[in-house]
Amino acid sequence: MSKKILVIGSGPIIIGQAAEFDYSGTQGCLALREEGHQVILVNPNPATIMTDHAIADQVYCEPLTLESVTAIVKQEKPDALLAGLGGQTALNLAVELEGAGVLEQYGVELLGTSVASIQQGEDRELFRTLMDKLDQPVPESEVIKNVEEAITFVQKVGYPVISRPAYTLGGRGGGIAHNEEQLVELMENGLKASPIQQVIMEKSIAGFKEIEYEIMRDQNGTCISVCNMENVDPVGVHTGDSIVVAPSQTLTDSEYQMLRTASFEIVSALEVIGGCNVQLALNPYSKQYYVIEVNPRVSRSSALASKATGYPIAKMATKLALGYSLDQLINPLTGHTYASFEPALDYVVVKFPRWPFDKFPEADRLLGTKMKATGEVMAIDRTLEAAFQKAIQCLDTKAPVIRNVEDHLKEATDLRFFAIMEAFRQGHSQEWVHEQTKVDYFFLQAIHQIIDIENALEVEGLSQATVHRAKWFGFSDQQIALYAGVKEETVKQYRTEQNIHSSFKMVDTCAAEFEAETNYVYRTFAGANEIEPLTANKKALIIGSGPIRIGQGVEFDYSAVKAIESLKLLGWTTIMLNNNPETVSTDYETADRLYFEPITKEVIEDIVTQESVDLVFTSFGGQTAINMAEELEQARLPIAGVSFDVLDALEDRDRFYAALDELGIPHVSGQTCASEEEALRVADQYEYPLLCRPSYVIGGQGMVKVQNKQELMQALSKMEQRHFPVILDPFVIGNEVEVDLVGDGKHVYIPGLMEHIEPAGVHSGDSMSIFPATLPESIEAHVRTYSQKIVEHFGYKGIMNIQFLWKDEHVYVLEVNPRASRTVPIISKVSTQSLVDLAIRVVADGLDLEHVTIPEIEQVAVKYPLFSSHALPELDHTLGANMKSTGEGMCIGKTVGEAMAKVFSHLPNLLEKPETAFVEIDTDVEGSTLPFDKWVQTKDASVYVNDKKTAEAKRRRIQALKYGMTVFSEPTTFQAYVESIPYAKALPVTLPKTIMQGVQSQ
Amino acid sequence: MKGYLCLQDGQTFEGKASAHWKQPIQGEIVFFTGMTGYQEVLTDPSYKDQIVVFTYPLIGNYGVNEQDDESDEIQVSGVIMFHCADKASHYAATSSLKDYLEKQEVPFLTGIDTRQVTKAIRKGGSHQAVLSSQHVNTIAPAKTGQMQKVQGRQVETYGSGKMHIVLIDFGWKKSILNALLSYDAKVTVVPFTKIKELEGTDFDAVVLSNGPGNPKDAESYLPQLKSITDRYPTFGICMGHQVISLAYGAETEKLPFGHRGANHPVKDIKTGKVFISSQNHNYVVKASSLADTPLSTRFYNVNDDTVEGIVHDQKPIMTAQFHPEAHPGPSDAEWLFDDFFTLIQSKKEEGVYV
Repeated sequence: MSKKILVIGSGPIIIGQAAEFDYSGTQGCLALREEGHQVILVNPNPATIMTDHAIADQVYCEPLTLESVTAIVKQEKPDALLAGLGGQTALNLAVELEGAGVLEQYGVELLGTSVASIQQGEDRELFRTLMDKLDQPVPESEVIKNVEEAITFVQKVGYPVISRPAYTLGGRGGGIAHNEEQLVELMENGLKASPIQQVIMEKSIAGFKEIEYEIMRDQNGTCISVCNMENVDPVGVHTGDSIVVAPSQTLTDSEYQMLRTASFEIVSALEVIGGCNVQLALNPYSKQYYVIEVNPRVSRSSALASKATGYPIAKMATKLALGYSLDQLINPLTGHTYASFEPALDYVVVKFPRWPFDKFPEADRLLGTKMKATGEVMAIDRTLEAAFQKAIQCLDTKAPVIRNVEDHLKEATDLRFFAIMEAFRQGHSQEWVHEQTKVDYFFLQAIHQIIDIENALEVEGLSQATVHRAKWFGFSDQQIALYAGVKEETVKQYRTEQNIHSSFKMVDTCAAEFEAETNYVYRTFAGANEIEPLTANKKALIIGSGPIRIGQGVEFDYSAVKAIESLKLLGWTTIMLNNNPETVSTDYETADRLYFEPITKEVIEDIVTQESVDLVFTSFGGQTAINMAEELEQARLPIAGVSFDVLDALEDRDRFYAALDELGIPHVSGQTCASEEEALRVADQYEYPLLCRPSYVIGGQGMVKVQNKQELMQALSKMEQRHFPVILDPFVIGNEVEVDLVGDGKHVYIPGLMEHIEPAGVHSGDSMSIFPATLPESIEAHVRTYSQKIVEHFGYKGIMNIQFLWKDEHVYVLEVNPRASRTVPIISKVSTQSLVDLAIRVVADGLDLEHVTIPEIEQVAVKYPLFSSHALPELDHTLGANMKSTGEGMCIGKTVGEAMAKVFSHLPNLLEKPETAFVEIDTDVEGSTLPFDKWVQTKDASVYVNDKKTAEAKRRRIQALKYGMTVFSEPTTFQAYVESIPYAKALPVTLPKTIMQGVQSQ
Repeated sequence: MKGYLCLQDGQTFEGKASAHWKQPIQGEIVFFTGMTGYQEVLTDPSYKDQIVVFTYPLIGNYGVNEQDDESDEIQVSGVIMFHCADKASHYAATSSLKDYLEKQEVPFLTGIDTRQVTKAIRKGGSHQAVLSSQHVNTIAPAKTGQMQKVQGRQVETYGSGKMHIVLIDFGWKKSILNALLSYDAKVTVVPFTKIKELEGTDFDAVVLSNGPGNPKDAESYLPQLKSITDRYPTFGICMGHQVISLAYGAETEKLPFGHRGANHPVKDIKTGKVFISSQNHNYVVKASSLADTPLSTRFYNVNDDTVEGIVHDQKPIMTAQFHPEAHPGPSDAEWLFDDFFTLIQSKKEEGVYV
């Protein structure tokens, strides 16, 4: 019988809860629809595929609060609720809904694991009681409700101790304490972070092996272990910040089975129905183990396990929640065996975290119990060395310079892996490194082997044996060229002569035991090619965006997936290249074939050759993909859309400004400077403040507003050589507006404009914005005309984002991004027309945009940024040219006020309760009259407003953030919040249905 | 030094040979898909005369230790690996896998694309294969009678518990003995060709062990075996299961390439539950052949519906094609031993054996 099922998503991306829930959520919703059910989704994350109408029947971009979801339940009257797909956020909401009697009142059945089980898994004290009952060992610990109890506990077990606040995600508010001062601070933050004011404090077992199992359980009680994983970093580093291998590498069979059996016992006792993650610690010198924690839901690890094995956990978990048993479900990879089996891998998988420290050089890089990574990459190969190397290639970062290896070893930082490599280069022994890091010798041997090969290449240059060995162990041609002191082309040519070439192999869940129908492929130099090219007339390769990082989030995965969808509709066969295990684009069911590999020219060239690709799409994978265009064109690969020359003409400041001058389009009169000296010379021609922006960066990284020459010199000295030329623009104070458009070379399609709340100078990714914009008519007309002129002038075909600045009557062009931008999903969803679809039709099918009608936009959307201050509490999140937010949310209303009120619905009404806010800007709004240090300790304190640049202002903002408050550092954002207060209590609104097929090609 | 794996169908794979290659080695080539447990596999007598391919690419990571042997020596005749660790990384390791194989003069090849070999086995069915330092075109007929070779020489007794169990030896694994001993039992291990020596011995139940090769190699002993299983609570494991089936009139047949690994789903008809089992067998009991026997299927394989265990309609006889004693692989079916001992207990209380 068809049911109406409410699904709760995980909301905007923050550290600890990222794109993995888009993947899981999308899979889950599709599984529900496959079974004939109607999906009502609530998730205020516009950047996801999950909130697309291809995935859910009704989409609510509404706040994830008890009040808001209750209103949706009241409005929709769903039969059932599925909360296991939306991470901790959704699980907590389900517990709240049950607690408030909402589910009972409206007769909503909770699918999957029961609330009682969720609580038993998540509530530290209940969990510990259960473990005692099962005779499963847990580290000595106590539930702590205040500082005094913490001190008493430490007197018993000694330092260091680990604090884990109850019901939080990504270790929020948790950490490790080595002394009383740290302990007191940890307790204050932890108790504030926990919704039930509880932390569990446990004796540290740092140094143990950390092992995870991904378990599935059905209502018959059948359990299977999809995958186990071993952290390269021993216990002490959050698993989200650990380098992880799958399957475990250093466990004997009896250890492996002992931990697997323990996991089954726990999952069975919890009566989980669906997926469950169990984390364990194993003494490296005995069979003693501890259970660390369980997550009775799909998780980041389950997404990783799905990609590592090919077993679709979220999809199967959803079906189990609907009442199926594992042996009733077919394993979709083989197509003829059942879901009740355990995948056998015949390759090694490495997950490597992607940290935001390139954006935050001043952040604390030490890793601990609190997750700091924004995303991750995964690599597959037949050797561990190759998997490590490919993972590093996937990160899309420059090899870091390690000044002092010892700074990173004993206490792990994000650079530890690189420091280990450097230590071996410097001649340190494996014993020494093991002593420092406690990393297992097995992993150290592999890292050492990589360095041995580097040395061999340096000594021998190119030789058959060494190049063969290097490729076998995952060296890219670029790396080989670097160590052998030759050009990359030379390496490739040498390989061709020596017949050292890549092969492709399949991920099939069963180590080739059964015939498989999978289209999930990796590249290796170890073994024969077993992949037949797809048989098709037209093949498209879509380049993905790699790991989630600040400035390049899940929105680019949305674009890639939509591109695949549209190409398929046009009859193309699609091939995806990406390496982010958390995403929908790397679901092997998304494209016709998935290549899970680093995004490099070497890999792309091989795929194009292997598959005889007709078109390579570089505009749907963020800056990562578009950055490939030049190299690919030089390698004579067939690039879709405009040529690299056009891309260059748009991105090269001098060429671009020259074109704008020719077109009579105003722009800020910046200059390109090739060197530090030139920049300082050029700066003298202008008046400060200046905006200094480096080239080839993501999310405004390294972009700064400088007030004087000294600040400019400082900024330039920090700049890496590859980020030259830098552009110096005079800083104009004004408002920002942007458009996402599609051009067909002649005509332009602009569904609407997006206006920023904060003034220009705040990175567009960090600003709140309103779509459609409410601008003076003349401004809007200028924006449209200028856009049209740019498209026509460059004969631009495809998707493009243009940012404008306006002040009084004047409109200036700021910059152009010749690719799908961050805001494409928002505009597509609210305007009901997929921009990616139009762009694909233009590029791949010759669509003429002249007759495409622009839909009426009936609602207003407000986009807002989210800063993961819980993960990096030492940072001052003031807004500027350098993007700092990790994700974005969106709320919809009939008016701007309604949408805005939803965005701020978690905040108190400060007109009624001024004591909740502390306001230090020039405004009529009154806040608390207490001194700051007193106010910040009050229970009601929740909004802090300060836009000053002083050290004291910074201290206060950071303190407020540490206490989990909302901090406003821009007066216009605060103003928007104040103005929205009267519109609170607006009803939930669904996202308008998207038109997919409605456009008629001429 | 280069070495070659030559399959019966003419396919040859080149790899790096181990030091001990006295002469070409021939055996049936089989693949094991478990990602851990190589030491248990190598020493499991059920692998006698076989050349084992490990599908997981990294073998030997944790070396070999003193606890995980399933018999006193390596039983396989050759090993094919993608990569074998030079060093062991584990606190309990007493040797690296390489040294262990070299010391026992078991030839092995590394650097082989084991996935390609596995596919060849899957497609062509079970093969004879030769490990050699050069290409080999002639392959002798398959050897038989492995069971006779691996069974012990004499009757041996272990433990001193209350319950006395006879373990009939077709090539028993230590884990079966250990599982039985953990139930406070005394276990007498009897080679299957020497069942007569049991005369005059008083015991409570009988377990028929695992073993290599074709169950029909034991055909001439079936009447003797049946005379015991007719009278005592009986548990047959793997080969034991097949032999019991033959003794009561069922038929066995060879699978195309066998089941070997730690991830085979088995469904229990009695409870409706599915569990994951450890498996290692080439032959199966033909489901259709059970029709005219007093035996019924209790367990079957979820993937290919083959028989995974039977019960006798009247007598206290139970069997498993898989390995409830695990090692390598999951111990999800360990409860079968509980069931067996409960069965023995209840029969003991009844005081009469049927």
